[in-house]
Amino acid sequence: MSDQNNINREEEIKKLEKISVEKVKERWRFVIFYRFMFLFVTLGGWEVLGRTGTIDPFFFSMPSSIAYQLYIWIIKGTSQGPLWLQVLVTLEETVLGFLIGAVMGIICGIALGRNKMLADIFSIYIKIANAIPRIVLGSIFIIALGLGMASKVALAVVMVFFVVFGNAFQGVREADTNLIANARVLGASDRQVTFKVVLPSALSWILASLHISFGFALVGAVVGEFLGSKQGIGLLIATAQGAFNAAGVFAAMIVLAVVALLADYLITRLENRLLKWRPTVQ
Amino acid sequence: MNSNFLIELENVDRRFTSPEGKIIQVLDNFSMTVKPGEFCAVVGPTGCGKSTTLSLISGLAKANAGKVLIEGKEFEGIDSRVGYVFQTDAVFPWKNVLDNVAVGPLFRGVDKKEAIEKSLDWIKRVGLQGFEHHYPHQLSGGMRKRVALAQTFINSPDILLMDEPFSSLDVQTKLLMQQELLQLWSKHKAAVVFVTHDIEEATILADKVYVLSKRPTKVKKIYNVDIERPRIVTETRYTKKFIEISKSIWNDLSEEVNI
Ligand SMILES: Nc1ncnc2c1ncn2[C@@H]1O[C@H](COP(=O)(O)OP(=O)(O)OP(=O)(O)O)[C@@H](O)[C@H]1O
Ligand SMILES: [Mg+2]
Repeated sequence: MSDQNNINREEEIKKLEKISVEKVKERWRFVIFYRFMFLFVTLGGWEVLGRTGTIDPFFFSMPSSIAYQLYIWIIKGTSQGPLWLQVLVTLEETVLGFLIGAVMGIICGIALGRNKMLADIFSIYIKIANAIPRIVLGSIFIIALGLGMASKVALAVVMVFFVVFGNAFQGVREADTNLIANARVLGASDRQVTFKVVLPSALSWILASLHISFGFALVGAVVGEFLGSKQGIGLLIATAQGAFNAAGVFAAMIVLAVVALLADYLITRLENRLLKWRPTVQ
Repeated sequence: MNSNFLIELENVDRRFTSPEGKIIQVLDNFSMTVKPGEFCAVVGPTGCGKSTTLSLISGLAKANAGKVLIEGKEFEGIDSRVGYVFQTDAVFPWKNVLDNVAVGPLFRGVDKKEAIEKSLDWIKRVGLQGFEHHYPHQLSGGMRKRVALAQTFINSPDILLMDEPFSSLDVQTKLLMQQELLQLWSKHKAAVVFVTHDIEEATILADKVYVLSKRPTKVKKIYNVDIERPRIVTETRYTKKFIEISKSIWNDLSEEVNI
């Protein structure tokens, strides 16, 4: 009798579950639909406004011209060589700058964070350096390092370094003193405390900074190219600007966005792997 | 001096300076001794310096005056014979249970395989088998406490410092863990300094109970708990002697708290 009841109850719950799963799916379809609608209306509106002359396509371009420009770049290449080569050059500068800046930032952040005296002496300068718009250094780097890759990498490094440094430093300062005490009693040497306790505690701070700083590295590389170079997406933008080619500027922007999104995806994957011990936030 | 003590605190002062430069005198001419294999409990009003005392013995903090001796000698840094179960959660959140427990031997240079084997053994002993690969945030507070215990016991310390280790547990688990602790201790006779707020817990576990005064803190009274061992926590608590001792500790303590 009560077994029968239990079975009925289970079936009821299963039914409820089916309904709720269906509802979740329904909601998701709704979201996707309106996302496409939004895109369609925005781009369509832009196109219509451009074609009717309400906004001047010479200055603001139109989705169709941008798409055409991209098509031309992909099929026939740009005035400065194939598109993939431009992407590759910019990407190389970005990644190099990002890696160098991030590693330097992590090392310096931890070294300073672990040493109270150094921290007290330098923290004020770090704040100042962070407040300066460092992108202006691009001009100095072009003068000093020339039009080649070095000046762009240098600018990307400067952009990345301070962000990662600041976060690594903060992460180290906030490492739980209780955990450090526990590690020391359990037998950890100073080295082990740094690498097995402080570094993992700071890791979520550091990874968070990597997210933003890849974008900064990209900005550094592109602005560097923009200021003076022989190749890269930044030059593509500069050239398009010189030729009053608004579609070219927008098209280059799209290429950059794709690169940035891909990088962000990869960093998120890395983060999830390294921080799998964290409670999942939903 | 008398060197058959394992731990000696001789006329120790410990004070803190507030950010405005005010001095908080915590331990004041404070003395305490623990023999090898002796189980000492410490009770006292909140904020009187119980945790401070443990961090002095562990070597994590230094006395402002007086001597802290282990086997009659002053020491630098942290003695490898010390194990310390902290008052607050101190397990490593990025390590799973297995790695958390194995961390002590690994820090001390034991090879990986042996450390893991020992860790599995201790996980079983504290009743966490099946949770080896869980991360701390996936455990209950009581389970995390057990991880902390296993983490400390795996180093088989001769000096065991415990700061309210069972205060977050429900009564049943608490009694179980107390019994378990007594058993572990009777096998490997460590000198224990056990801080607690729970007078009955202090009486049931310890050979000696230190009752501390409020700040500036001195030892108010020392009780010798001469109840024979082995004790059974669920039964010994109803004996006459037990009730007598815990009552008078209670009276001492309420004098300190009620003013
Ligand atoms: N790092 C510190 N800086 C300043 N004051 C401190 C510091 N640590 C402890 N104190 C002070 O020392 C006193 C004793 O602290 P302690 O943690 O030893 O108390 P306790 O007896 O363990 O208390 P509880 O039973 O609540 O755990 C407290 O009044 C506290 O304010
Ligand atoms: Mg305390």
